[in-house]
Amino acid sequence: MRYIRSEDEEFFRSTTARFLTEFAPPARLRELRDDPVGFTPDYWRRGAELGWVSLLVGEEHGGGSISGSGPSDLTLVAHEFGAHGAPGPLGAANVVALALSAAGSHLDVLGEVMAGATIAAWCDGEQTFDLSSGSGVKVAYDGDDLVLSGMVRPVESAASATWLLVAGRSPDGPTQVLIPAATTGVTIAAMSGVDLTRRFAAVRLDGVRVSSSAVVGGAGLAGAALAGQRRAQRLVAAAESVGAMQTAFDMTVEWAFDRYSFGRPLASYQALKHRFADMKTWLEASHGIVDAAAGALTAAQGGADPDALREVDEVLHAALAYIGQNGSELLQDCVQLHGGLGVTFEHDVHIYLRRHTLNRSIHGAPSYHRLAIADIIEATEGRAA
Amino acid sequence: MTSAPNIDNPASADDTGVDVAIEDVGTEDVDSFRLRARAWIPANLRHVGVSTKTLRNETTDEEELVEVAHERKIQRTLFDGGFAGICVPRAYGGQGLTPAHQKAFNEEMAGYEYPTRLQSPTMAPCLGLILDCGTEEQKLRHVPAILRGEEIWMQFLSEPSGGSDMAGALTSAVRDGEEWMLNGSKVWTTGAWWSDWALCLARTNWDVQKHRGLTVFMLPLLRDGIEVHRIEMLNGNREFCQEFLTDVRVPDSDRVGDVDDGWTVSIRWMYHERMLYNSPYVTIPVGSGFGATGGGSLLRLAQGVGRANDPVVRDRIGETRMLAIVKEALQERIGEGMRSGGLSDQAAAIGRLMQAMATVRTTEAYYDLTGALGGAWSDDDGLAAERGVDYLMRQVSCIGGGTTEMARNVISERVLGMPRELSLDRNIAFRDVPRGPGTKS
Repeated sequence: MRYIRSEDEEFFRSTTARFLTEFAPPARLRELRDDPVGFTPDYWRRGAELGWVSLLVGEEHGGGSISGSGPSDLTLVAHEFGAHGAPGPLGAANVVALALSAAGSHLDVLGEVMAGATIAAWCDGEQTFDLSSGSGVKVAYDGDDLVLSGMVRPVESAASATWLLVAGRSPDGPTQVLIPAATTGVTIAAMSGVDLTRRFAAVRLDGVRVSSSAVVGGAGLAGAALAGQRRAQRLVAAAESVGAMQTAFDMTVEWAFDRYSFGRPLASYQALKHRFADMKTWLEASHGIVDAAAGALTAAQGGADPDALREVDEVLHAALAYIGQNGSELLQDCVQLHGGLGVTFEHDVHIYLRRHTLNRSIHGAPSYHRLAIADIIEATEGRAA
Repeated sequence: MTSAPNIDNPASADDTGVDVAIEDVGTEDVDSFRLRARAWIPANLRHVGVSTKTLRNETTDEEELVEVAHERKIQRTLFDGGFAGICVPRAYGGQGLTPAHQKAFNEEMAGYEYPTRLQSPTMAPCLGLILDCGTEEQKLRHVPAILRGEEIWMQFLSEPSGGSDMAGALTSAVRDGEEWMLNGSKVWTTGAWWSDWALCLARTNWDVQKHRGLTVFMLPLLRDGIEVHRIEMLNGNREFCQEFLTDVRVPDSDRVGDVDDGWTVSIRWMYHERMLYNSPYVTIPVGSGFGATGGGSLLRLAQGVGRANDPVVRDRIGETRMLAIVKEALQERIGEGMRSGGLSDQAAAIGRLMQAMATVRTTEAYYDLTGALGGAWSDDDGLAAERGVDYLMRQVSCIGGGTTEMARNVISERVLGMPRELSLDRNIAFRDVPRGPGTKS
């Protein structure tokens, strides 16, 4: 999160921060640990009223940004989500809103998603990081209908969703359809997970028949839209992880001043001070790369210049690779510096460790993103060799 | 976060004796400045592609001197073109513009030749320090000369007795009428053998606490009593020097700041040194700088040794680029944090630490990817040759310009406000400070 924020941006950020402090304090998160949804409809609707799901939506559809950059504003909300370990499918909701707004389709559903009145899950069958189950969705044509088969997991908030935005592969290429979660042939099986309030499920599609009106954007033409949706999802995940790192770090610095051993505070031991210096460096670098990614995404917004988009992708991959790796080091060190307390359920530090740990795997491991960067280098600079 | 350090700021008008006058401030907006640079640069400078500075022993002394002379010429060309000292007030030969202009210039300079050897330490910290702490006469004498490429400056800071403990300087300056007599030794100056001037930290009072008895001087290097000795590094590089000062006479008019107040000057000095990559006085074309290649050349190296399709290798290539991207984003953020007051001036140590950690990983990636050619190579092995020697020099990134241990102290103590390390040299006269066996004052 940038050091320099306009008054409007700060007002926007602090409104969400206050809301989460009141409605998603650590005690509340603990209560929700076994809740199948992880939040109440009222929480999500009231949060959406603060603008959580409007920032990537075009003004013609009732969306818009505070600062002129929707991605940048969204990082403010995402930061607070991470900083509070907040419940709710922030990334997925924004991705669905972006997809529907960009395609200009299913505007009634878009309105409900933006208002937080309904949950729509994103089943990206074209890219999942579940390497075990052969995730993927086939989209077949049958007259005017489309028939979906396959499996996607893990899908966030699928069990509480009214709508599913499913990405799959038709004979023409990547295709997205918006279908009711209750459609015949859809099976949603809850999964277990590391986060206290984020819920995931496996979505199975057994010959799910929908009419062509379900298509978002055009059959076979969803490739560019999907890439844009993944950029938004990655940005949210990165900003959220940095928020989690920030809270855990601040908490641990305070602990280091307050906790005395051998008659002196932990913060006076050079062996520990140097670790805090490393952590501070990782934290600032993580903030910096999220801001750089938001800036790159804003600069390329709406454009289709492949070089500009590759640059955005490179920065986003760098963000997820760096934050994934170094954020874990930071958070696990925060646990370590708390000693035994750090691994208890009673202490808060695991709330933030969980959120970061979730994001580190669910959106691609650091090594995935490093390899993706190598692919980009090869595509742009390797040609000359 | 807590407790920004309390820095006496000698840059205030009271200390320098001048305010920046209106006529010193340029009025050109960034966009038109950028367009002017974009037109001027290709017409006046050579395109050299991405060139990164290494610590390899690649040039003979003769070649080195030719390069130094050429870089002075480039600096003069920048000066004549109105692109030298972009953030230096016009009264001292600069352009009176803003850091945003310098940033635009760095971007437009990408791929073009630039006076590499004139940036650090001449522009930062030396020029910055002269502007902050010099007298009006000193500024008028030296700043325009620096901007014209006529003066290359060194910093006489570290001593053989210690580098990190800067305030423990043993080089002495004794007053003799309107002159001072300097004796002692300084070390780790880069290229002192072809440089012109130095800023020198010396002890002027041994009977007070160590920070209270220091004074800063300017001295020309070609002066009787200064002997420059070149140090051979383990890779054969002979850029670093040690100087021996014997009865060197310096006029009092070349003193910077007040007598015994050298520590106040030094805090500013360190500030400009840490600012290097963010310094408004430094021209570093985007994409250049030590270790900034960030993946592209690593891919070519991997292709050269037939390992470009190995996922383990590709992971390292991706990591190297990642570090370069993150490092740049971090520098940007630190600059913004210091401008906004969200981070203390001392936060530059964060960038310094990141630079070191990234360079360590990157240097190791180059070495590992080279395979057996890292240990033994032929002259025609191209990008693979010499990587092993680079790896031997890996720790330079963690030592030069202040060790990473010191950076970690600064971050924890000055940025996070944690308790200072125990010092046994406070509240006693410097002459009584324990200095260990074998070190004489």
